[in-house]
Amino acid sequence: MRVAIAIVALVLGSIVFHLLSPWWQTPLASNWDSIDSALHITLVICAIAFISLNLFLALAIVRFRHRPGNRAHYAPENPRLERTLTFWTGLGIVGMLAPGLVAWGKYVDVPKDAAVVEAIGQQWQWTFRYPGPDGVLGTAGVQYMTPDNPFGVNPLDPFGRDDILVQGNELHLPKGKSVKLVLRSKDVLHDFYVPEFRAKMDLVPGLVTYFWMTPTTNGTFDILCAELCGVGHHEMRGTVVVEPRESFEAWLGQQESFNQLLAMSSPDAVTEMFRKANSCSTPATWGVR
Amino acid sequence: MATTIADDLRPMHHPKTWVGKYVWSQDHKVIAIQYGVTAIAIGLVALVLSVLMRLQLGFPGLFPWIQPENYLQYVSMHGMIMVVYLLTALLLGGFGNYMIPLMIGARDMVFPFVNMLSYWIYLLSVLVLVSGFFVPGGPTGAGWTLYPPQAISEGTPGNQWGIVTMLGSLAIFIIAFTMGGLNYVTTVLQARTRGMTLMRMPLTVWGIFIASIMGLLAFPALFVAAIMMLLDHLLGSSFFMPAMMTMGQESNTQGGSPLLFQHLFWFFGHPEVYIVALPAFGIVSDLISVHARKNIFGYRMMVWAIVIIGGLSFLVWAHHMYVSGMNPYFGFFFATSTLIIAIPTAIKVYNWLLTLWRGDIHLRVPMLFAIAFLFTFIHGGLTGLFLGNVSVDVPLSDTFFVVGHFHMVMGVSPILVIFGAIYHWYPKITGRMWNETLGQVHFWVTFLGVYAVYLPMHYLGILGVPRRYYALGETSFIPESAHLANEAISVAAIIVFAAQFLFFYNMIWNLLRGPKADPNPWGAASLEWQTPQTPPGHGNWGPHLPTVYRWAYDYSVPHASRDFIPQNEPPSAEAPSEEAAL
Repeated sequence: MRVAIAIVALVLGSIVFHLLSPWWQTPLASNWDSIDSALHITLVICAIAFISLNLFLALAIVRFRHRPGNRAHYAPENPRLERTLTFWTGLGIVGMLAPGLVAWGKYVDVPKDAAVVEAIGQQWQWTFRYPGPDGVLGTAGVQYMTPDNPFGVNPLDPFGRDDILVQGNELHLPKGKSVKLVLRSKDVLHDFYVPEFRAKMDLVPGLVTYFWMTPTTNGTFDILCAELCGVGHHEMRGTVVVEPRESFEAWLGQQESFNQLLAMSSPDAVTEMFRKANSCSTPATWGVR
Repeated sequence: MATTIADDLRPMHHPKTWVGKYVWSQDHKVIAIQYGVTAIAIGLVALVLSVLMRLQLGFPGLFPWIQPENYLQYVSMHGMIMVVYLLTALLLGGFGNYMIPLMIGARDMVFPFVNMLSYWIYLLSVLVLVSGFFVPGGPTGAGWTLYPPQAISEGTPGNQWGIVTMLGSLAIFIIAFTMGGLNYVTTVLQARTRGMTLMRMPLTVWGIFIASIMGLLAFPALFVAAIMMLLDHLLGSSFFMPAMMTMGQESNTQGGSPLLFQHLFWFFGHPEVYIVALPAFGIVSDLISVHARKNIFGYRMMVWAIVIIGGLSFLVWAHHMYVSGMNPYFGFFFATSTLIIAIPTAIKVYNWLLTLWRGDIHLRVPMLFAIAFLFTFIHGGLTGLFLGNVSVDVPLSDTFFVVGHFHMVMGVSPILVIFGAIYHWYPKITGRMWNETLGQVHFWVTFLGVYAVYLPMHYLGILGVPRRYYALGETSFIPESAHLANEAISVAAIIVFAAQFLFFYNMIWNLLRGPKADPNPWGAASLEWQTPQTPPGHGNWGPHLPTVYRWAYDYSVPHASRDFIPQNEPPSAEAPSEEAAL
């Protein structure tokens, strides 16, 4: 009896907790309202199941708890009832899966006009690369990295010369412009995660991964690493500033391009970069065109 | 045929010495207890580690001796111990060993010597695992998933020695499991007594049987992954290691795929969830049926649901990898297969509830744990639909929502079943009875406590709090109240931790001083309660094996004199066989 009361109390308590909880999704700052609505549909269907199944459980305990002289009913099975329940469950599943898959269909379909920006992870910081005026990221890879070329941009690739390299932990994006975030890691797995954007994706060394989104709100947001990457995992932070087109352009104009980096480096350092690039026997795996 | 093996008394070498009886024992019951005690002992280590984690998360900075590397080591060891060395070993090595021969009417496992070997090799794997705490650098801190490259790269605790003891221990464990698993499967298929058809077996045996088959198919994937990573680490191969930098230096690895490891790991890892869940499903079915004095509702559907879940669970592994960087188009397939598996799982839940409906429910401690399981499993199963539903998973993956979900569904739920099962079978295993009051207190604190621990975690996850963080630090989106939630969770966790000592006290004290138990205190129909001795002697059944005339669920049969009819009771007017009605 007490356990039935406890179950009802836990169900009601969960509903109250849900309604009063100060912990809920952060305000959405990207185009991924379809992910949010798939989540909300899933929540409603699951809540109905959670409440009704547990109340049925409590009711069964109360009505059929042992009292002297009671005897259970003998009923091995009821195929009709089982078929009905299977049908309704299947319907609930379809109701959740359909919006989920529709949202995923958008997630995997990068718009043709999306701007490309690269986020690079390493233990335990973020750096960023923009493609420059030509709109194309040059090839890059660990095999091109030298102390003076920390991004590992291939100096022999003309597309890489105008790439804009951002050393700090700060990414800027223009509001309202779709962006394909191209992700690569210098060392271990990381994950580019901005809670307000909803989207996230792992960075995998040896691969180029990506996702896309459109920032819809001006503001400054945290970038977190969401894939365990060692003892500094919790400190691997960055910021993303979403701002109007004009201020974004102004900011971008102040950043250094790879050409400028080459011009400022000592001749020995440049020689070393080219020596390394020329000695590469394997093609760069990070190239994105 | 099966009966010739089961009825053959010749291979029964009754042990003559204390060592032969209790140490190098080939008796399935002793081996089961050895497995169970070892698993619970190492589980206690994992329990302590979880408290240490909660101390850090609830009160960051208060315990300066918990550094980030320690925290990650706690996380990793806690996870691996709980999933593999506690749950798998206890449910299959412990309950599987004890229950299979007794429930199917056999004298022992078909390969008693291999069975003994399985335990000792398991013990070795546990010792190698524990040695990780004492090697230079301590145990691995790569997370229980052990993802390369970080598992064997600079910046991860235990990347030199700890990872070797972990991978070595896993390989040894898998050898031990294979010996046990082959034994369980062969015994179920070959050693059933007269009349014990497959469709008369208790669901406990079905759950353990299918889980063993799954283990035999899934563990090899982990085995090769462990060996390949050991080769990468010790011999410098590059199965999982791409060209990369480690701490500013170019590594001498090239061309390997970190994703390959993730596929191998989860090809094992997802079926592993069901390797733990299916025995728990089976056991809880029997607890509910016995204590509700009613046959399990839709037995045949329950059996098929176990088989279908077992099969489908091999087709869903990449739902752990939606944001891993694998080809995103896989998401469509794996989301669909994952949500389909919810249908047979839901059927099981319905059938448990319908078993209670119109029952005669005795709310004894084992039944309370079974009911608590229903509540936590409904909760954990439903939150799984969020994570399986690919696009909904994207914001939630790697957050505390995942932590809340999997603890609810494969931590709390099976452990509640294990508690229920221990209370349920303790009188048969020990011949003594535990204390009801202590059992009740243990139940209430554990049940309400775990919900207080895990419900708020889901909400922190929806907020976006990432998992495996030593400290949240400064963020713009996590309010001060979330730190309060973490404190409350930690306090609840410590209370639940403390309550477990009531359980241990209850079990150990009453082992020595408890009142003598009735051989069948719950009035159960299945065969393990019908042994001539309690606890059952070596060989289980005395001179003659039992003959089975009915299924394990003849409770409250109309016109029968008692509200249960043992499986080995021949049909008569007093004990009609209603099975024909099926």
